[in-house]
Formats: sequence, structure tokens, C-alpha cells
Amino acid sequence: MSPEIWISVRLTIALAATTTLILLVVGTPVAWWLARSRARWKEVVAAVVALPLVLPPTVLGFYLLVALGPDGPGGAIAGLWGARTLAFTFEGLVIGSVVYSLPFVVQPIRNAFEAIGDRPLEVAATLRASPARVFWTVAMPLARPGFLTGAVLGFAHTIGEFGVVLMIGGNIPGETKVLSVAIYDFVETLQWREANMLAAGMVVFAFAVILAMTLIEKRMRRVDP
Amino acid sequence: MSGEDTINVALSGRLGDFDLDVAFDAPGHGLTALFGPSGCGKTTILRCIAGLDRLAGKCRIGADAWQDETRFTPTHKRAVGYVFQEASLFPHLSVRDNLLYSSGGKTRPAASDGIGFEEVVALLDLDRLMQRGPQRLSGGERQRVAVGRALLSQPRILLMDEPLSALDSQSRDEILPFLEQLHRSLAIPVFYVTHDMSEVERLADHLILLDAGRVVASGPLGALQSDTNLPLALQRGAAVTLDAVVSNFDAAYGLTRFDVRGGSFLIPGSADLPAGSRQRLRIGASDVSLALEKPAATSILNVLPARISSSRALDDREIVMVLTLGHDDTGEQLLARITRRSWDLLGLEDGRPVFAQIKSAALAPRRRSQ
Repeated sequence: MSPEIWISVRLTIALAATTTLILLVVGTPVAWWLARSRARWKEVVAAVVALPLVLPPTVLGFYLLVALGPDGPGGAIAGLWGARTLAFTFEGLVIGSVVYSLPFVVQPIRNAFEAIGDRPLEVAATLRASPARVFWTVAMPLARPGFLTGAVLGFAHTIGEFGVVLMIGGNIPGETKVLSVAIYDFVETLQWREANMLAAGMVVFAFAVILAMTLIEKRMRRVDP
Repeated sequence: MSGEDTINVALSGRLGDFDLDVAFDAPGHGLTALFGPSGCGKTTILRCIAGLDRLAGKCRIGADAWQDETRFTPTHKRAVGYVFQEASLFPHLSVRDNLLYSSGGKTRPAASDGIGFEEVVALLDLDRLMQRGPQRLSGGERQRVAVGRALLSQPRILLMDEPLSALDSQSRDEILPFLEQLHRSLAIPVFYVTHDMSEVERLADHLILLDAGRVVASGPLGALQSDTNLPLALQRGAAVTLDAVVSNFDAAYGLTRFDVRGGSFLIPGSADLPAGSRQRLRIGASDVSLALEKPAATSILNVLPARISSSRALDDREIVMVLTLGHDDTGEQLLARITRRSWDLLGLEDGRPVFAQIKSAALAPRRRSQ
């Protein structure tokens, strides 16, 4: 395999890992709030979070491009270290991926938090556990299958991202040229063998993800009392 | 009722589509049963005492004011032990870790005040369950662990919300002796919500009768059972429970004599009960019949002199009356239910001395708190 392919593979994994990590940190409080809040407008927030599920990636990518560009907030942030724009950078890709994959991480975690119900949390409170201790010692452990599902889905979804990347990342090797873009490139330049290698690898990966998910779900059912 | 030891609760307001308005005092020791039909507000009262639900009012356990006009202590700062209808053990923790959740995993020495880990384990016979997961326990075992877990949080009051209602009758029979034992050895008051009168008769010292979000009556169990102005005494299964002391065992006939205020009863069996130990007897109103003179020839073991204290017609066929054992009006009170025809034939009236005949089968000794 050409070193070009390996650069793309490494870049894609780095992007997916960074994105998943950020999503777990950002998505958990959002999921907790969506699961526990009694605010009437929380479903509005839930709809905003879910928006990337139905928006065409090019639409999302377009607005991200505007936001990350020199005249958007992304440009202002890039100015902090003397750059002009966040578009066409790895950092910009991470931001775009976080937005794009947000529902895939928030939804399973929210479902897991909701599945716990009020009772275990009430029991913990009657056992003198502060709200913070209830969260860390009861809610988090009981929602663990949701975290696993969310992490796997977020990671896999970021790996397969194409439309958004094309809009905000372009095609810079080692910086923004992720796997799906590389496949597209190989096809464009009639390098079918390379394209096939990458595509087959993605099929194997997708299969492994689905299998892992099924096993997690099975385990989830077993953990329930 | 007031004083250092008393529990004062007053709550009013709507919760969902439910209207609650209650105010009662309860003693700061012994078991107080909150009894009433489903939907009468028993569980809501318990949840408000724990701070899990919030209604306007006040809640004071002895010197600890948990709720009044100006304050509302959050649940985790209230020294409550709460046993839910379903055991609700943490499924990700072993029995031992469930028990030690409130102390963050540390056992406390038995010498310190409050209840010790070993003590709770012995009391509820949890030793051999310790390393198991909650999934591998029977319903009764789970509920025992839940009770132990609540006790180990060193509560000022133990709140139990129908702890037996989710169990099958076998698990129920398995856990009831533990609850009786608990009741006997606990220094803290217990509030016990139930809609099952047999649990009240077996466990309660004090009773709060509830209906449709209101307190119908509140007082010592015996006083409420034998009050013909309350629905309890008028029910088909009406009964009184009496505190009795084991007097002696007649080995020749296999009968045990129990002394109560104003009389004594002979009951088959119970050879193993030590003389002087306290037991609880249950006597159903329809198991008591009356005679004007002491029957000379009868197979009924227990015939006791008594006086009719009060009576009330149930309908045009039956009359329920309160009998006071002995002839000096200091004895225990029984309920008797007879037909109006018998009442008229015998020429009975309030104040009349009679002989109460109690079928021995009606006397069921229950383990009793000291």
C-alpha cells in the first residue's frame, strides 16, 4: 500500500478519536439534561441536537464553512494564533465532525439515562448521596452501555464522513484528506485497486461496528436487574 | 402530642390530580402504620417526609425540623431510611456494596452509636448473601437487603412503603418474622405504609387511618380497632389485637396459657415460648359469642367474664359491640359481632355483665415486640 493511504488512515482515526472524546465530554451533560429536565422547551434543544441526522451533509458543511471561515467566529478564533481561518484545517474538521456526529452520541446516552428511571436516583438520595455522588456512582455506571453505544456510533459515523469534510476540509493530504475523500480521489484518478482496498477495509470495519453494537446491546439486557 | 420525641407532620396541596390535606402526630418510637385504600395518599405522605415530593406544610422528627414555612431540607440531608415497594437494589453493586452505599463502603464499628454493620447482617440474616449480585436473590432476600441498606444509613426514622406488597405469599411469610424482630430491636420509629390489615395487626403499635387524602383517625392500634365509630370495627374481618404474657404450658393437653389485662386465654401449642415473654393475640369479632351465664357444659376453651361497654347496630340483622374483660372495667377490650335476634332474645344492653366465649382457633399468637 502506498504511504498516501496510511496517511489518510492515520488522519481519519485521529479525527474520529478526537471527535469521540470531545463528544463524550460535551454530550454527557447535554444528554443528562435532556433526560432529567422537566423544562417544556427541552424538546426544542433535542431537535437542534438531532438536526444533523436529517440535514444533507452539504447543507451542514456549507454553514460550517461560513462559520469557520475568515468572516465567521471560526476566523476570529483562528486569529488568536495568527491564522486566517479554521476551514481547511484539522481543527476545523474536528469542529465540523463534533456537530455532525453529536446526535449519534447524545441520543444513546440520553436513552440510557432515561432507562434508569427515577427510582435508583431516589434510593441513592435517601442513602445520603449528594446529587453529584448520585450521578457518578449510580447514573454513570447504570448508563454505561449507552456510553459504549454512543462512543462506537460517534466514532464510526465520523470515520465515514464525506460531504461535510468535502465542504469544510477539502483535500489536503495529512491535514484534511480522510479515508472517504481518498477513495473518491482514487476513483477520480482511475486507481481502482487502491479504491477497492480502502472500500473493502471500510466494509470490514462497518461489519465489526455492527457486531460490536449487537453484543453491547445483548450485554445491556443482561446487566438489567 | 408534643415534646422532644414526637413526629409532627402536616401537609396539604395538590400533587398531580390528587388532593391531600393531612395533619397528625405520631410517637417517636414503635411502629406507626399508615393504613388506607389505594390512592388515599399514604405513599405521598411518606415521600414528602423523605423530601422526595414536596407539598406545603411542615415535617418535624423530634428535634429535627425537615420542613416548615421557611425551610425544605433536600432528601440527601434528611436522616431517613426508606424502603420502597420494590427492593430497588443497585443492580451494578453486590449485596455488600449495596449495604455499604450510604457509608461510602466503610463498615462502622459496633461500639459507635447507631446501628453497626455486623448487627444489621445478623438481624436480617444477610451473611451468606454478601458477595452475590442483586439479580441472584429471591424477592424476599432482596427486600431484606433493602431494609438493611436503609438501616445502615443511620436514620432517625425508617419509612417503609408497602415493603411486602410486591412479594408472593411465600416470600412474605419469610420476611415477616424479620420485620417483627426488627421492630423489637430498633430504637428508631418506623412508619409503615400498607393496605393490608393483617400486616397492621401483626406489626403496628400506632395507627393512622387515611381515606381520600384525609386522616380519618389516629391513635394506638387497640383504641382504633375497638372504636365502633370508625370503619375498622364495622368491617367483616374486624378484630382486636391484645398484648399477652405467656403464663405457663400445660404439657398434658398441649395448651399454653396467656394472660391479658382482665383475663387469660388457653391456646393449643406454643410449647417453645418462654414463660413471661410477650405475645400478640388476635381475636376476630365474629369468633366471639355471648352467654348470660357461665356455660356449664361446653367444648369452648375460653369463656371469660366481661361487660358490654358499647354497642352499635351494623344493619337490621347484626350488632357489633365492645366488651371489656373482667367486671371492674380495667380489662382489655374485645369486639363481638352477633345477630340482632340474639341480642333481643338475650335481652342484652350496654353495661350488662356477660360471658364471652372465644373459639380457641381464633387465637393466633404472634411474635410481639417488647
